[in-house]
Amino acid sequence: MSRFKDTSGKDTPPISTASLPDIIFMLLFFFMVTTVMRETELLVKITLPEASEITKLEDKALVDYLYIGPPSNEALGTEPLMQLNDQFAKLDEIDPWVKLNEERRDEKEVPLITRSLKVDKGTYMKIVTDVKQELRKSNALKINYSAAQGR
Amino acid sequence: MLKKRKRSGVQEINAGSMADIAFLLLIFFLVTTTMDTDAGILRLLPPIVPDEQNTDVVNQRDVYIVLINDADQLLVEGAPMDIKDLREGAKLFMTNPDNSEDLPERRKVTVAVCQQRVAENKAGVAASGSDEQAKQSYQELLNKWEDKLDAVRLIGEYNELPPNAVISLQTGSKTSYDIYVKVQNELEAAIAELRDELSKEKFNRKFSELNGKNDDDKPLIKAVRLVYPQRISEAEPVEIANKP
Repeated sequence: MSRFKDTSGKDTPPISTASLPDIIFMLLFFFMVTTVMRETELLVKITLPEASEITKLEDKALVDYLYIGPPSNEALGTEPLMQLNDQFAKLDEIDPWVKLNEERRDEKEVPLITRSLKVDKGTYMKIVTDVKQELRKSNALKINYSAAQGR
Repeated sequence: MLKKRKRSGVQEINAGSMADIAFLLLIFFLVTTTMDTDAGILRLLPPIVPDEQNTDVVNQRDVYIVLINDADQLLVEGAPMDIKDLREGAKLFMTNPDNSEDLPERRKVTVAVCQQRVAENKAGVAASGSDEQAKQSYQELLNKWEDKLDAVRLIGEYNELPPNAVISLQTGSKTSYDIYVKVQNELEAAIAELRDELSKEKFNRKFSELNGKNDDDKPLIKAVRLVYPQRISEAEPVEIANKP
C-alpha cells in the first residue's frame, strides 16, 4: 500500500473505490433480470431418461414443455399425470394449450415451435402415445424427447 | 469534500466492503440460476392424413419393423433382438451391403441419370403450360433431382435408399418410456454413425463436425443427408400382440 502512495504524488488524490459497489450492483441487476428461474413449479416427479445422441434446443423462447410423470403429491397416487403450464391437464386440454401458445407468438414463428416432452423414464408408453396423437391432431409436429446426456 | 467532512468530525462509513457484499450476491445468482437448456432427441411427427389418401403400398423389404413389447423386449423384423445389436441392424438396413433380398433395394444414382431426369422434368414444366397442378408436381421432381445432382457432384455415385424405406417403431401400451428413448437413441446413433463414416471418407471430416451455419458446409450436409436420410417413423400407434 505504501508503495502506491509514494508514486501517486501529493497533488493527485487516490482513485476512489466508492463507485465499485455500484458497478457490481449493475452487474448483479443485469444477472437478476436476464436469468430466468424455472417458470413453472413441477407437480410431477421426473427423472429424465439418458441418451447419447441428443441435440440442444437452441431457442428457448420457441419451446413449450409438457411434463409427464407420477405426481409429487403422493396422495394423488402413482399413476403418471400430465402437467401443462402449472397445473395437471387431461388429454383434451392439449389442443387449446397448443392453440394458446401459437397465438401468443408471431405467425412466422409458429412452425418453429418445438414441444418438448419431459417424461419420467418409468412412465408407460400408453400416455406418451396418446399425447403424441393429440399433438398430431393439433398439428404440433415438431417434438423433442427430452433426455439427459448419458454414456 | 471528503477531507472536509473528516475535519468536521462526522465519521464516514467505510464503503469498501460494499463491493464484497455485492460480489457475494452476484456469485450467488451466478451459481443458483441455471440456464437450463433443454436437450433431447428431436423428432418430427407425421401429419394426420385422411384414410382415403393413405394408400402408400410399402414393400415389405422397405420397412424395418422394431417392436417393443410390454416387457421391454425387442422384436426386430420378426426375430427377438438385444438392444445392443439394434444399431448394427439399423445400419445394415440403411446400407444393404450384400444386396440382400430382404433389405431395401438401393439404386445407383449417377450424374448421367440425374442429368437425364432433370432434363425430363424441365421439359415437363415447360410443356405443362397452364396446368398448375402438373407444373407443380414436375417442379417438385425437378428440385429433387437437382438436389441429387448436386449431391452426386459432391460425393460421387452413391446408392440411394428407396423413397418409402422406413424404420418403423411400434410400442405396447405398457412399454416403458426408458426403453423407448433408448431405442430411439440407438436408431439415431446408427444414422449418425453412417453419416459420420460417409462424411469422413468423402470430406475428411465427421458429419457432426460440419457446421450448418457455414455456407461452405451447407451443401455437404445436404448431400450426406440425402444419402442417409433420417427415416424413423412415428406412425400410428398399432396394438401389438403381447408376446412373452
